[in-house]
Amino acid sequence: MGGTNRPFHPVLMFEFCADPKAIDGLKWMACYLTTPKHQQFYFSFLIVLALIAGTAPLVMLLGFCGAFMRRSAILPIKWLGHIYTSMVRGVPDIVFFLFVPIAMDQAFEYTRHRILCPEVTEPVYRGNDFVVCTAAKLPLSSSPQWVHETYGFILAMIAFAVVFGAFAANTIDGALRAVPKAQLETARAYGMSERQTFWRIHLPQMWTFALPGLSNLWMVLVKSTPLLFLLGIEDIVYWARELGGTKTSFFEYPHPDWRAWYFLSLLIFYLLLTWVSEKAFAALTRRVSRGMATQGGKDATAGNAAEPEIAGARL
Amino acid sequence: MKSLIIGVVAAAFTATVAFADSHAVRMGTEGAYEPYNFINDKGEVDGFERELGDKLCEIAGYSCTWVKNDWDSIIPNLTSGNYDTIMAGMSITDERKEKINFTEAYFPPDPSAYVSLAGADAEVINGNVAAQTNTIQAGHVSSSGATLVEYATPDETIAAVRNGEADAVMADKAYLRKLVEESGGELEFVGEDVMLGTGIGMGIRKSDEEMLAKFNAAIQQLKSDGTINTLIEKWFEMKGPY
Repeated sequence: MGGTNRPFHPVLMFEFCADPKAIDGLKWMACYLTTPKHQQFYFSFLIVLALIAGTAPLVMLLGFCGAFMRRSAILPIKWLGHIYTSMVRGVPDIVFFLFVPIAMDQAFEYTRHRILCPEVTEPVYRGNDFVVCTAAKLPLSSSPQWVHETYGFILAMIAFAVVFGAFAANTIDGALRAVPKAQLETARAYGMSERQTFWRIHLPQMWTFALPGLSNLWMVLVKSTPLLFLLGIEDIVYWARELGGTKTSFFEYPHPDWRAWYFLSLLIFYLLLTWVSEKAFAALTRRVSRGMATQGGKDATAGNAAEPEIAGARL
Repeated sequence: MKSLIIGVVAAAFTATVAFADSHAVRMGTEGAYEPYNFINDKGEVDGFERELGDKLCEIAGYSCTWVKNDWDSIIPNLTSGNYDTIMAGMSITDERKEKINFTEAYFPPDPSAYVSLAGADAEVINGNVAAQTNTIQAGHVSSSGATLVEYATPDETIAAVRNGEADAVMADKAYLRKLVEESGGELEFVGEDVMLGTGIGMGIRKSDEEMLAKFNAAIQQLKSDGTINTLIEKWFEMKGPY
């Protein structure tokens, strides 16, 4: 019971924490910062990192699919690719984040209802209510809370991937176009097949043009993770607000309004995350620019440690 | 994109066909309105409504799980089926009754009160008054002629008074009492208490008539055997009226 049976087990960190009212100073602080509630706060940082780590590959997948659809010779597929990228790029992110999980959830439940409970004759939409039979609920009401949370998390991840995938598709499509035609013509002149030209010449050269855009996208993705909060997922923003608020003696560790400190910790977390990302992307850019006929490529080949020029084109 | 959707759909259908338990009930609450409901230091839902709700579930024969949800979306997420009940210090009002059903009240109409910084003029209740969005207090403030300043959580309404964004805050007196007592003289009740609403009930989807009947019966039982009174005395420092 309780809304807190999570996939990890909180522990009492220190023996002396048994009676919070009897301790003060550093001991109080040590106990306060290790309450099971704080452990959930620390765990939520992992949720944010998991969201980023899980979403990025999906974004690349959707990005490549979108880009290839846009480049397809078959018209309906080409249109579909264009519809996907322009529609998602043209709608505010928040609208999509709110729409996609609810729409997917109801679509799944509706379909399950039709398949699993054909005997129910009452409509699914009754007035304000969206009612599916017990067996069609997703997750089932009887599933443990962590299943519900994981389900919500996966829906959120898909919403993020759909939105950022459209931007990635645009970037990758642009980068594929930016590879000098002469390179591809030369490859064919050497007798490479279409497939060989793509894998050996086109794709490797594409990265140097795609990376600035993709690194931008990564930064925006990192910075949009607090939107998880909007989707009802208990992320770091939820816990910072909840833990930071004024606590009266209804709580074991009463304290005044400490929200500023909690939000400061989030600020530091995000700054660290983006700082590390910047470094990683700079290294990656140097790596893919080597031997390229661009300014960045010349710098990298000459062993010049200066930031490649292409990175200067970041928006 | 297509393979992704197919994959997710496949997972959705294979995952959970096995056990459908009609006795599993998910209890939605806000978890930010002590002593009605709050998240204690163990990270669990706690408070008057947690204790009462667990007893009601036992009597009604449900196995209940508590779910947190923001106040703002607590009714829409009930009607869309994310959970099955609301116990979140929610007053029974006609406006809400258009969307959901309520059980009979398990808590009497509680006086609402204004709080401002100590030493403020009694006129502050006609100035900028903070209240939580979609509450009966927010409705009262906007109809009282004062300027309503709305916040998403109860805690933010108090913080707004502390940092001067609002002149006063209006909320249930039971919520404000300890905040005032333990503010070290910083906060003070101001003006007269106002009786709002017709008591607090459990919100249930209109389509769940069987559940409504079961919880109503359970509430009546706990009222007549004095359990609800005992719980009210424990959490609210007041005498139970039932």
